Amino acid sequence: MARLTHTIYPLTTGFHGATRPTPNPELIAKYGYDSFVPFENSPDNSDEKLQAIAKEIRRDIVRALVEAKSGHSGGPLGSADIFAALYFGGVMRYDPKNPWWPDRDRFILSAGHMCPVLYSTLANAGFFPKPELLTLRKFNSRLQGHPGRDMGLPGIESSTGSLGQGLGIAVGMALADKRVDKNSRRVFALTGDGELAEGEIWEAALIAAHWELDNFTMVVDRNFCQIDGRTEDVLKLNPVGDKFRAFNFHVIECNGNNISELRAAFKEARSIKGRPTCIVAKTFMGHGISFMQDDYRWHGKPPTPEQAEQALVELV
Amino acid sequence: MADTSVLKDNLTNLAAGPKTNGPMPRFEAHTKKATRFGFGEALVVLGERYENVVVLGGDITGSVMTSYFKDKFPDRFFSMGITEATATLVAAGLALSGNIPFFATYGAFASCRNTDMLRISLAYNDANVKIGGGHAGISVGEDGATHQALEEIAIVRVLPNMTLVVPCDYLETKKATIAIGEHYGPCYIRFGRSDVPSFTLEETPFVLGKAQTFRQGRDATVIACGPMVWEALVAAYELENEGLDVRVINMSTIKPIDREAILKAARETGAIVTAEEHQITAGLGGAVSEVLAQECPTPVEFVGVKDTFGGSGKPDELMKFFGLTSGDIKNAIRTVHSRKAQ
Repeated sequence: MARLTHTIYPLTTGFHGATRPTPNPELIAKYGYDSFVPFENSPDNSDEKLQAIAKEIRRDIVRALVEAKSGHSGGPLGSADIFAALYFGGVMRYDPKNPWWPDRDRFILSAGHMCPVLYSTLANAGFFPKPELLTLRKFNSRLQGHPGRDMGLPGIESSTGSLGQGLGIAVGMALADKRVDKNSRRVFALTGDGELAEGEIWEAALIAAHWELDNFTMVVDRNFCQIDGRTEDVLKLNPVGDKFRAFNFHVIECNGNNISELRAAFKEARSIKGRPTCIVAKTFMGHGISFMQDDYRWHGKPPTPEQAEQALVELV
Repeated sequence: MADTSVLKDNLTNLAAGPKTNGPMPRFEAHTKKATRFGFGEALVVLGERYENVVVLGGDITGSVMTSYFKDKFPDRFFSMGITEATATLVAAGLALSGNIPFFATYGAFASCRNTDMLRISLAYNDANVKIGGGHAGISVGEDGATHQALEEIAIVRVLPNMTLVVPCDYLETKKATIAIGEHYGPCYIRFGRSDVPSFTLEETPFVLGKAQTFRQGRDATVIACGPMVWEALVAAYELENEGLDVRVINMSTIKPIDREAILKAARETGAIVTAEEHQITAGLGGAVSEVLAQECPTPVEFVGVKDTFGGSGKPDELMKFFGLTSGDIKNAIRTVHSRKAQ
C-alpha cells in the first residue's frame, strides 16, 4: 500500500512581500548577537549551565519586547527555566541545522501569546540567527505576535494563539506517533494556567488518556496569573494536579523555576508507561525581574526602555 | 412534452446520463440514495489506496458512514467520543505529522461549533485535514432545527485556504471525497442523510474547482449545488413547455468557485438563479453574486432558506414548506427571466 506524501514543512505562504524587517544593527553589536554561538542541547549540561541559558533566554525576551514595543512579558519570563530544561538538557531531540528532520520530537506552544520565550529559546539553540529576535511583531517578520506556521520559522510546528487549541494538536501528533506511525518521537506541549479554563483542554486530556499516549508530556505553566488577575479570583482552577490525576494522567508537581526539579520531572515523564504525563510547573510570572515578579499586570505588556535597562541589569 | 433527448445528450457528453426515455418530468434517476453513502464508500477506497489515510470517529460513525472505514481498517480508526472541536484539533496534529485524517460529524457541529478550530488550526495552519459535514440541510427531516445545518457554506467559504465541496448525488459525493483526499489542504465536504436522486454515472467527470454544465440553455441559468441540482434539472425540463430554454450548472466546488463558468453563463444567458439547501445569506447565492457584481452585473434570484431555522417533519414536507422544490426554482426562473427583459 502506498503512502500519499506532501511537503508539510516549511510553509511560507504568510509573507506579505519579499522584504523582511531589518534588525537594528546598533543593537546587534550592543547585544553581541553578531558573534553569538548557539548553546548545545545535552543531558550532560550542568544545572548551572542551564540556569545561565535560562538567563540568556530571559535577556533576549526583554530585548525583543522592548524593541517590539508590545507583547507579553510575564509568562515568557516566568517560564524560561522550563524551556532551558526542555531544549538544552537533552530532553528533546532536535537538530537546529536540519529543523524539519522527520524524527525530531515535537513541541507545541498552546499558550501562543507566550511565543517570545519560544522564539528566544529557538534562537539560542541555533534554529535561526539571533538578530531576528529584534524583528518580533514587525511587518513581515517570521516572529509573529502569535506563532504563525505560515511564516516558516524553523521550530514552529503549528500556528497557535486561540487558547486551548494547541493541546489538541499536540495530542493528535502524539496519536500519530504512537498509534499510526509507531515511531519513538515524543510530543511536548505547554499551556498557561488561565488557558485551562478552555473546554478543549479537557477534551484533549480525555483523548490523550483514552489512547494511553505515554509519548505525550504536557507542562502547565502554573503562575496563578492571567490578564484580569489571579487565576483563583478569575476562575478557580485548584486543585489542578488532582484534576489531571482524575483524567488518568501521571501528574508531577514541581517548582517550575528550578532547573533541577524540572529535569527530574521530564526524566520521570519519560519512564511512565500507558499514561500521558502532566507536569504542573509552579512558576512566578516575570521571574528574575524584581519589579515584575508575581504581578499579573505584566501579563500582556512590554517593558519601557528604562524598565528594560533595569531588567537587563538584574539579569546579569 | 419536453424533449428529454437534450438531457440525455448533455449528460452523455459529460459521460453521465440517466435513462432519460419517457416524457417529462419522468427522466427518473436510476435510484435514490443518500450522499452520505458515497462519502463512506470513498473512505474505504482511500484507505485501500493510501496507508496514511486515517479516520476519526465522533460517536455517530453509523450516521455519517465512517463505520465502513472503521470495520475495514480498525487500526487506522480512532474514536474521539463526542468532542467535535478537539477531534478537529487532533486531526490537525495527525495531518501535521504526515497523515491524511478525515473527521466527520453532523454539519451543524462540524461548522458552527468548530469555526474557531477550522479557522486557526486547519485553515491558518494549512493542515491537510478533511472534514465531512453530514446531515446537511433541512432534508434531515424529523431531527429538527438543531441538527439541520444551514450555515456551512457561509462559514467555510470565508476561511482562507479552505476547499469546500457540496456534491449533487451519491456518486459525485464518492468521487469528490476521493478527490479531496488526494488534494493537499484543509477541505470540507457537505453531504446529506436522506435519499436523493442518484443521476450521475461512473463516467461523469469530477474535477475539483470545476463546475459542470448539466444542461445547455440560452434564456437563464440555474447554478445549484447538492440535491438542488436535480430539482433544477426538473425545473429546466418542465419550463420547456413555457418556451424557456434554461441552462443548469452543477457548482459542486463552492470554494474555490469556478468564476469562468459563472461569467460565461451570465454573458450567454443574462439571468441567474441560484439554488441551495442552505441559508440564502452568504451561501452559494452569495458566492455567485460576488463574482457577478464585480465582473458582470446580472439579475439574480435566490432559492434557499430565507433567514429562518428549520423544524421537524418529513423531508419532502420540509423542502416544500421552505421553498426548495423544482416548483420554487421554476418560479425563480420566471421571475429572473422577466427582470432580464425589463
